[in-house]
Amino acid sequence: MAIEQIKMPQLGESVTEGTISNWLVKVGDRVNKYDPLAEVMTDKVNAEVPSSYSGVIKELIAAEGDTIAVGEIICSIETEGGEVVTAEAPAVESKPEALEGTADSVSAAVRPNKARYSPAVLKLSQEHGIDLTRVSGTGAGGRITRKDVLQWISAAGEKAAAPAAGQAVSQEKGQSAVLNQPAAVPAANVPLAAGDIEIPVTGIRKAIAANMVRSKHEVPHAWMMVEVDATNLVEYRNSIKDEFKEKEGFNLTFFAFFVKAVAQGLKEFPQMNSMWAGDKIIRKKDINISIAVATDDALFVPVIKNADEKTIKGIAREISELAVKVRNGKLKAEDMQGGTFTVNNTGSFGSVQSMGIINYPQAAILQVESIVKRPVVMNDSMIAVRDMVNLCMSLDHRVLDGLVCGRFLARVKEIIENMSKSTISIY
Amino acid sequence: MAVISYIDAVTMAIREEMERDPKVFVLGEDVGKKGGVFKATQGLYEQFGEERVIDTPLAESAIAGVGIGAAMYGMRPIAEMQFADFIMPAVNQIISEAAKIRYRSNNDWNCPLVIRAPYGGGVHGALYHSQSVEAVFAHQPGLKIVMPSTPYDVKGLLKAAIRDNDPVLFFEHKRAYRLIKGEVPAEDYTLPIGKADVKREGEDITVITYGLCVHFALQAAEKLAGDGISSHILDLRTVYPLDKEAIIEAAAKTGKVLLVTEDNKEGSIIGEVAAIIAEHCLFDLDAPIKRLAGPDVPAMPYAPTMEKFFMVHPEKIEKAMRELAEF
Repeated sequence: MAIEQIKMPQLGESVTEGTISNWLVKVGDRVNKYDPLAEVMTDKVNAEVPSSYSGVIKELIAAEGDTIAVGEIICSIETEGGEVVTAEAPAVESKPEALEGTADSVSAAVRPNKARYSPAVLKLSQEHGIDLTRVSGTGAGGRITRKDVLQWISAAGEKAAAPAAGQAVSQEKGQSAVLNQPAAVPAANVPLAAGDIEIPVTGIRKAIAANMVRSKHEVPHAWMMVEVDATNLVEYRNSIKDEFKEKEGFNLTFFAFFVKAVAQGLKEFPQMNSMWAGDKIIRKKDINISIAVATDDALFVPVIKNADEKTIKGIAREISELAVKVRNGKLKAEDMQGGTFTVNNTGSFGSVQSMGIINYPQAAILQVESIVKRPVVMNDSMIAVRDMVNLCMSLDHRVLDGLVCGRFLARVKEIIENMSKSTISIY
Repeated sequence: MAVISYIDAVTMAIREEMERDPKVFVLGEDVGKKGGVFKATQGLYEQFGEERVIDTPLAESAIAGVGIGAAMYGMRPIAEMQFADFIMPAVNQIISEAAKIRYRSNNDWNCPLVIRAPYGGGVHGALYHSQSVEAVFAHQPGLKIVMPSTPYDVKGLLKAAIRDNDPVLFFEHKRAYRLIKGEVPAEDYTLPIGKADVKREGEDITVITYGLCVHFALQAAEKLAGDGISSHILDLRTVYPLDKEAIIEAAAKTGKVLLVTEDNKEGSIIGEVAAIIAEHCLFDLDAPIKRLAGPDVPAMPYAPTMEKFFMVHPEKIEKAMRELAEF
């Protein structure tokens, strides 16, 4: 067994460098001698780089898109059955001594720096969960610079912290790193057909995946749903929404009322505002409501802190501001920290029933579904058209049982059903 | 605001302090009637008389010693060494007496002395008129060493040095005297000794230096900005004791640090700066700390080509900055 290095070949008389347009192999692949390893583009020709050895691909040193000088190393191969290869190689290459000579001088002169990370680069990549093999380097010898990582972070839209991941990833980096793998493995087994698009799982997507896997694997989820008659609330909110928008400059959404009702319910049922901590349950004092805000390709869970102390207007303003921040990519790590209970506005996508995955390590998540008009039997005698909404809740059955959750949901239902002009103030 | 030269800022600061406080006086070789070989004390003899602007014999140990005695007695002397190179006979006085008197007397005595000296090369001064001597003193607690780069800093820091209750070495780059001009307010102000100053904000590389090299670095930064390289430049201003906080902040900002001095490389001020960064900034560094300094030869050569070889100049700094940016 020996490690052999494949260098950028001379692909034309005046060609001094080539760009790797496509790797045809990946690390761990077994290749035979003369098998194509990569497609290379130069200003003269497009060509394939054949393998000079049989063996297993050990490392891809150059990344796709990297421009590599002729003679620089692009990948390494672990050869098997050393004798065979060495016996063959001279026959084909004809000048092993000369070759070795160039190998030495090349590695001394232009040692590839792609995999030599500075402390700053390592620190940043750990903080942001970046797989450095995906980052292309602009430094000397292809070295990944601190600036490259910073640009990668801003390009990935990953502002300072992961999304739903926020707390969990930073608290338990080691474990979530392990959990990344089960999320990634099935994807690796999907056969690619023509026209399929491969989307690398990085940054936010990776964090979401890791967090969801973790929550779903670790937390015994149980579900419940209550129907709530929101007719009074709908009437009240619709009667003031235009005036509110004009006066305050942002929308008075139904969601703000629901968040308020949940915060109030949590105050009365503090068991709901808890977290599982292995050998103990931690009951949180502050009521910080995580709200899910989606973008086209990611999900963020910013936090409304001390929601029980805020007015409906205050909550509505914060929802609006957080949503703007998410859309503009301005969300900061601290905006996503400290959540104790999640309220998810699934109704905004038209859903009427859903089973949420708990925002780890919280104990429950409540989904506010669409408000729909439905015939309802009133006072046992007549049927009326009412604005109905389902509240669906997932709970961590280690922390919570059906009884307390049922009481909590009943209380939230009661609060919402009694929301009308005469009973509440939005200010 | 008036634009004046570096040396005029020196004169202005001394004159204003002498007007403000009758205890302030000047002593040194040719500082009186002649107004100093560089004219730093020009007009003071006429204005304040021979008792406050004293011509001394050619004996640096005496200039320092008289200054120390007067300072301990309550005066505020400004002693001039005609060239920093000539300070060597006074080293014993400065290090053994001035620096230690407060400590030795358990705070009973102190020594509010300023010693001014022109240093640095690039003026075809050769061996005895070109040296940088700060590193000789930068290992002695009890001393402060100030090396300003701009006329504004000269005035504010020289006034602060004169008002300081302990000995301050104030090194002025002789090539900067008439080369560097800048805006200086007519009113009274001081700048804090021991505080570095960001002379240019940037994102890609950090240059930490002092004295005339600050201007060379600024020129190089301007050129590099044209190529999209953004440079952060920190002027140490006080080289002993160092402003650790500012050094750490500037180094951590970009993770790529170039340290520049025109002194010989080994054992220079920037070696200590490098140590501070190494101690505090490991996980912020994106490149090895880089030093640009004079070669380790005994003195400034006289031949113009050799002087150019020895001296730090904007092209050398630009090259070093570019290499660092590309690392």
